[in-house]
Amino acid sequence: MRALNDIYIITRRQLLLLSRVPEVLIFSTIQPVMFVLLFRYVFGGSIDTGQPGGYVQLLMPGIFVQTVAFTLAGTASGLAEDMKKGLIDRFRSLPISQSALVIGRTLGDSLLNIVVLAVMGIAGYVVGWRPSSGIGNIALGFLFLLFFGYALSWVGVLVGLSASDARVVQNVSFIVTFPLTFLSNAFAPTTGMPRALQYFAEWNPVSTMVAACRELFGLENQFGATAGSFPSEHPLVTSLFYMVVIMVIFVPLSLRKYRNYAE
Amino acid sequence: MKTVIAENLVKTYDKGKVRALDGLNLDVEEGTVLSVLGPNGAGKTTVVRILTTLLRPDSGNAQVAGIDVVNNPEKVREVIGLSGQYAAVDEILTGYDNLVMFGELYHLGKKQAVVRANELLERFSLTEAAKRPIKTYSGGMRRRLDLAASLIVKPKVLFLDEPTTGLDPRGRQEMWGVIQELVKGGVTLLLTTQYLEEADQLADDIAVIDTGKVIARGTSDALKKQVGGERLEVVVEQQHVAKTMEIVSAVSGHKAGLDEGLRLITAPVSTGSVALFEVLKSLDSAGIHALDVGLKRPSLDDVFLALTGHTAEVKIEEKEVKK
Ligand SMILES: Nc1ncnc2c1ncn2[C@@H]1O[C@H](COP(=O)(O)OP(=O)(O)OP(=O)(O)O)[C@@H](O)[C@H]1O
Ligand SMILES: [Mg+2]
Repeated sequence: MRALNDIYIITRRQLLLLSRVPEVLIFSTIQPVMFVLLFRYVFGGSIDTGQPGGYVQLLMPGIFVQTVAFTLAGTASGLAEDMKKGLIDRFRSLPISQSALVIGRTLGDSLLNIVVLAVMGIAGYVVGWRPSSGIGNIALGFLFLLFFGYALSWVGVLVGLSASDARVVQNVSFIVTFPLTFLSNAFAPTTGMPRALQYFAEWNPVSTMVAACRELFGLENQFGATAGSFPSEHPLVTSLFYMVVIMVIFVPLSLRKYRNYAE
Repeated sequence: MKTVIAENLVKTYDKGKVRALDGLNLDVEEGTVLSVLGPNGAGKTTVVRILTTLLRPDSGNAQVAGIDVVNNPEKVREVIGLSGQYAAVDEILTGYDNLVMFGELYHLGKKQAVVRANELLERFSLTEAAKRPIKTYSGGMRRRLDLAASLIVKPKVLFLDEPTTGLDPRGRQEMWGVIQELVKGGVTLLLTTQYLEEADQLADDIAVIDTGKVIARGTSDALKKQVGGERLEVVVEQQHVAKTMEIVSAVSGHKAGLDEGLRLITAPVSTGSVALFEVLKSLDSAGIHALDVGLKRPSLDDVFLALTGHTAEVKIEEKEVKK
């Protein structure tokens, strides 16, 4: 019970921090909204999708996934900041649950994702995104996105605690997330890629997530399949599997790192 | 009763390459103040981090309030307060927010946490700045807030790692006042410092450490005795120097020394203020007006020099050159 209370307080701290620096919230939403507009109007015209409603229907799930993938960087740099300021030492010297700081941070970052996804959803709607699968499936899609962000947030914990410097954290997170989001079906069909990359793109968790969201939002996943492979045929299951694997690996690793972080 | 005990602590970093603690022994008697005095890199922060459960020693053991820090860190955390070398508070949040949050983390409940936060802000003269973000605070205010955060639940043992480093003389004075108040309240305190004067001011007991080991231990007075007793110092106008040297030598029983540039005459004395009074009386009847006169005890700088063969300051320079 005490642990839950500790986590709750840390999560609230996270939100308080956000409310004191609204720029963070503004910039975390402006960037994805900008992506929506750029892709919708710059590339949208030249990509023939054959889907009713056009490119924006396929684009939105891609941008949603890309945005939640960047939770990794947010969590990592936030923790690196705390570490630099000695805040982690203070928290670790308190008689509180030792994992509360980390869990609270990941939860806080997920709450931020809710806001960001909502704003993006609205922006998408304005430029023509019309999910057609009914409220239940749409909600499930967003839940999926939140979960994915949450799982990656744990990778961010490890990155943040391992790096020696906040700038390094930014770069590392960038190097991890950028290829993953672009070597995927998020913005363009994978079928145009070199053969080897196609395999990578197919098994890439970002692709399976995008495909899963498209399915949940009522679209045919036309960017995915190169050869009727398992991930492109079963994106929901594969994505779920990835999330579980990420959590199973990174939650214990990150918590251990946190406990011994100065050793 | 010993409230803090550290026995034979060894801690290495970088896979054994850096030996930060090399068999360090310490203890703090209940209700007293121990100052751990040492130059940069001596191992002060490392000891504090081990005693506050943030770091595990490679070997040796340590107890705080009778609880083993390695085997029972959760229990230790319930009885300690820590203010680390760098003020650890949320820059973006206000002083008030920070204290309320820490209060809640100590499970005071929202209401109690608010009451306690206001009490502490008042006590550390931060009430006016309470609703401002920490990033607008001066270094001294930050340190005080950080200290306040470590006092939310009255700790049995308080650890302060270099509480005045980086403060200007006024900030340092204020901090000393705050710490002296705390000590009157009966807390057991272990504080580290690089300032010899600070250890002298605040501590009952001093442990001088160098390269991870305690090289001397005792009260400030005892340490000074180890280096030598008091000296009488008189400064006079040039024309009175010769006569004054005679007087001082007579009172001291040793030949007085002279620093010609400063016109400073010094001699060791064993009778303290009696000798001082005799010299003043003789000077007066000789019609000499002393510009400055006093009894000087050796400074802790002298102590460090006598113990290690180098001053703390020289050590720092060497370290930086090596880097
Ligand atoms: N994380 C670390 N990795 C490697 N070496 C370290 C680490 N922390 C400390 N050291 C080294 O261990 C030695 C003792 O460091 P420590 O921080 O305990 O000294 P200190 O007395 O607190 O110094 P200062 O007055 O500069 O704060 C130093 O030589 C330092 O360089
Ligand atoms: Mg230090």
